Amino acid sequence: MIEFRKEFFADERDDDLKEIGRPTIRQDIEGHVTGRSPFFDDHLFEGLLHVRCVRSPHHHARIRRIDTTEAERSPGVVRILTGRDVPRNLNTLLSLLDFGIDDEPLLAESRVAYMGEPVAAVIATSEARARDGVARVRVEWEELPHVLDVEEAIRPGAPVVCEAYPTNRFIYHGRYDHQKLRFGDVEAALRGADHIVEGRYQMSPIEQAPIETCGAIAAPEENGRFVCYTSTQALFFSLGTAAKMLQTPSSRLHFIGGTVGGGFGGKVDSLHEPLAILAAMLTGRPCKYAFDREEEMQVGAPRGAERWYLTDGVMGDGRIVARAFRGYFDSGAYTRLSSYAIIKAVGHLPGPYTIPNVAADVYCVYTNRTPATAMRGFGITGVDFAIEAQMDKVADRVGMHPLELRILNAYRDGDMKAHRREAKGCALVECAQVVAEKAGIALSAAARAASSRTGGGGERGRLPAFTATDGKGRVEGSTSGSYARKSAPGPARAAPAPGRPPAAPPAPAAAAASPPARRPDAAGAPPPPPGAPAAGRAAGGGSMPPPAASPAPPPGPGTGDAARRGALRFSSLSGLRRR
Amino acid sequence: MALKPVALTLNGSERAAFTEDGENLLDFLRRRLGDLSPKFGCGQGACGACTVLLDGAPVLACLILAETAAGRRIETAAGLAGAALHPLQRAFVEGFAAQCGYCTPGMLMAAVALLRANPRPTREEVVAAIGGNLCRCTGYEPIIAAVLDAAGHMERRA
Amino acid sequence: MARHRGRGFAAINYPIGMNLGGDPSQALVHANPDGKFTVALSSIDLGQGMKSVTRQIAAETLGVPVEDVWVDTADSDTGPHCMGSFASRGTHRVGNAVIAAAREARAVLLEAAAEELEVDAGDLVTDGRGNIHVRGAPARAITTMAAAQAAQFRQGRTVSGRGIFLIPLSPVDPETGEMTPVSCFAHAAMMVEVEVDDETGEVGVTDMQSAYEVGRALNPRLVGQQLTGGAWMGMSHALWETTEPFYPDRAHRPVDFSAYLMPGPGDLSSHHISILERPAPDGPYGAKGPGEMCANPVLPAVANAIWDAVGVRVDDLPITPEKVLRGLRAQGGARPRRRG
Repeated sequence: MIEFRKEFFADERDDDLKEIGRPTIRQDIEGHVTGRSPFFDDHLFEGLLHVRCVRSPHHHARIRRIDTTEAERSPGVVRILTGRDVPRNLNTLLSLLDFGIDDEPLLAESRVAYMGEPVAAVIATSEARARDGVARVRVEWEELPHVLDVEEAIRPGAPVVCEAYPTNRFIYHGRYDHQKLRFGDVEAALRGADHIVEGRYQMSPIEQAPIETCGAIAAPEENGRFVCYTSTQALFFSLGTAAKMLQTPSSRLHFIGGTVGGGFGGKVDSLHEPLAILAAMLTGRPCKYAFDREEEMQVGAPRGAERWYLTDGVMGDGRIVARAFRGYFDSGAYTRLSSYAIIKAVGHLPGPYTIPNVAADVYCVYTNRTPATAMRGFGITGVDFAIEAQMDKVADRVGMHPLELRILNAYRDGDMKAHRREAKGCALVECAQVVAEKAGIALSAAARAASSRTGGGGERGRLPAFTATDGKGRVEGSTSGSYARKSAPGPARAAPAPGRPPAAPPAPAAAAASPPARRPDAAGAPPPPPGAPAAGRAAGGGSMPPPAASPAPPPGPGTGDAARRGALRFSSLSGLRRR
Repeated sequence: MALKPVALTLNGSERAAFTEDGENLLDFLRRRLGDLSPKFGCGQGACGACTVLLDGAPVLACLILAETAAGRRIETAAGLAGAALHPLQRAFVEGFAAQCGYCTPGMLMAAVALLRANPRPTREEVVAAIGGNLCRCTGYEPIIAAVLDAAGHMERRA
Repeated sequence: MARHRGRGFAAINYPIGMNLGGDPSQALVHANPDGKFTVALSSIDLGQGMKSVTRQIAAETLGVPVEDVWVDTADSDTGPHCMGSFASRGTHRVGNAVIAAAREARAVLLEAAAEELEVDAGDLVTDGRGNIHVRGAPARAITTMAAAQAAQFRQGRTVSGRGIFLIPLSPVDPETGEMTPVSCFAHAAMMVEVEVDDETGEVGVTDMQSAYEVGRALNPRLVGQQLTGGAWMGMSHALWETTEPFYPDRAHRPVDFSAYLMPGPGDLSSHHISILERPAPDGPYGAKGPGEMCANPVLPAVANAIWDAVGVRVDDLPITPEKVLRGLRAQGGARPRRRG
């Protein structure tokens, strides 16, 4: 049962539109019910070859030798690929956005870091024959110690999971082994609170489970081009990744997709397109590489596990005055997208509440398990579980109804959020009121009268007079630099490449970057809006919040953060960027 | 591996093609006969995306060897519509009972089998009939509603 | 041994779009000579309704009936760049790009019509039914078809438009986390009612009462699809799903749908949804993106409802019967809270 509550925010809406707001029948629905919608696998090719991977049976192992001789003689096997066949066998997905170090091979050459990691690909005339071929590839393994728990992985002496990040932690901004959020003084506020409420929350990995598994079919097109039918959720992301790993101009690639049998975040990793295209390039025939269901569940990247520790300081009347987070994202063996999820999570904290003192330390941790990736609610679902279970404990501690507590602490228009931007367009109070009404809960007069549009701003809209910052988790002598990649003084060091060095020339920016210059006392202050007088952001300057939601000043000479200066670097998705 | 001829009736037409040892009916329909409406979801008989009717009964095409279908009658979602959509298809369209659409052909065939055997099913009977067909998008409620809606329409027309 | 009922609550907000490296999407719109439009995208429809919602946006902006618009996606040869379908960015980012492209195409269409009608293009309006007429004078009209034909065959105009929408890169301060993460947020609150069996530890969701604020609902049925299916997924995440049931131990990992559990059509809960619409100032016609956030409130609300029902706090997802039973045993049986 669905109802529209048009009485809310009616004055902000023009409901008199012609097509917008109508329950128009879906454009794609007739194709769906007749079975004619063209999913990636619904393109038939004469002479289609099938690709299946030889996978690691170990959590962590050195590859001593891969012997394909018997497999090559297996009936129907056309060719077997190993890492040596991949033109640039090292990538990280977000390198297209200049974020992170290349850390993951398409086919592992010297070492595997999770159970199921591919080390060879068998191309055969049928899927069954490809499976037979896979069974005949002999790999000599040398098992290595492994680590599966995020907090064990960051203890000294833990096995190194990902060579690009030897401390098993992603490096943020070349400075810290975690992403920080600092707003106000949490320690002081906790000391002054009437109650301290603590919690530890854990979310296990979850499979996206689209009914269509991930896959791609690639085929020679014409004039040296290759067509690729794909289930990707991000066509140009996948195209850019394939172009990079295959070291081929994007103009040689023709990607077709757009009709996808569910994704939920599990189809952004772009593992299938490069391998299917490589197989088509090396055999001259159409090739399909798709997960079977077992691979989809255990090799395909899941929503990663998250562990969160929360500490709240609460006053007797229910006002939350401090909230501290320590979070661990289990990225699995490689980065994929977990590094980004943490940025998104930190921008979301402390949830939809106005809390004057907030701090967070969030770690992207490598463990010897299937790399994690996006899923519906990426970066938010796990911590929202933590926050909202915590809110229930707080309500119990102070003896308030859970909805009363939420309305009391809800953020409102004009409030200052912990990421230092003004809250706008809030509607949490109204949602909570509607649920209370439907659940038959008698809210207090104050909660009934509350509104997202009133009561915010003013004192609540100011930046904290003092923000406690610290240098905990500082990474010294880290490598190369930009917003995305590492930036710090010290000798430049290319990303370590297991096995053969990448075919591409090293990025120019890896050569040098100026050390970050920053006044410690300004740590809590926002960067000035372009053209703003410097006086407006004196240390602790709470008087001048930046215009909310306006884009921050672009990085570049003269606008601030020295760590972001440097040579121009081209990213296929985001273009030229100064670093 | 030897090729064997298989002839069957697909959505009312006589069709024949060669099959390979061990090839399942799903691959045979899709790759040999070009009927792409049944979908691969798991190959384990657990998701229902490949549901077709074999002599009128719903079966999982991924679990059936192609050669066992020789001489028999296969119906798929591709054969449901004539000049107009089948009432079940229309109910799915109007009831917004599909999102990605990948489970839809199998879901429809499970529902077709139900409504032929039981033109006026209860909600519980609909739930039982589609219980082997997974959908990850809709939460099932719109699908159940569409099947019940189609049953009402078919009843009125009869 | 008994079954205990409990109610749990949660409230959340959700950021719309990606914040990393700049977040652009493009769209191209062009008319056939008979005034039918094609929108070319490279954005992905994975069930969320990208093709359908951008079609409505294009029709609204062009001022033509939705039947006169077709959305073609995704072909890298013809569709311009889009980051992809993730981070609840599709409706917001792509929708805005489509508006920009459709505005440009509409402007040419109106210029063509103005030339035919010998009036000023600024005086023309569309009726949304395939006609262009002088404001206040419906008789002085030309069909979109005639205007498009004139543009192509007499005037030599391209009835087409290009659009891009870009959220620029927002740097993140390493010391404080200061950033501009996104431009708008969706909201939700939820009450979940459960029944907990204190003998088996099994939890059944018996009712959900929700309120979702989604910005403007561009197509109420598409929004309804997301909220209904998303809440089901939230319930599934809360009680059923994981690829590693004994995380961080990797034992007993499911490899098929017989072991990877999700609620089937017989395990559903009733769900009463109220939709609130507070338009996002920078959203396409005020829209946000309801697709991801709809699952999130269900997980904690279920956990909170279990605590209400039997006094057991399970802070470890998914909340399997085993975890509930262990909790019950540790406290010597059910201790209902029943706060209401």
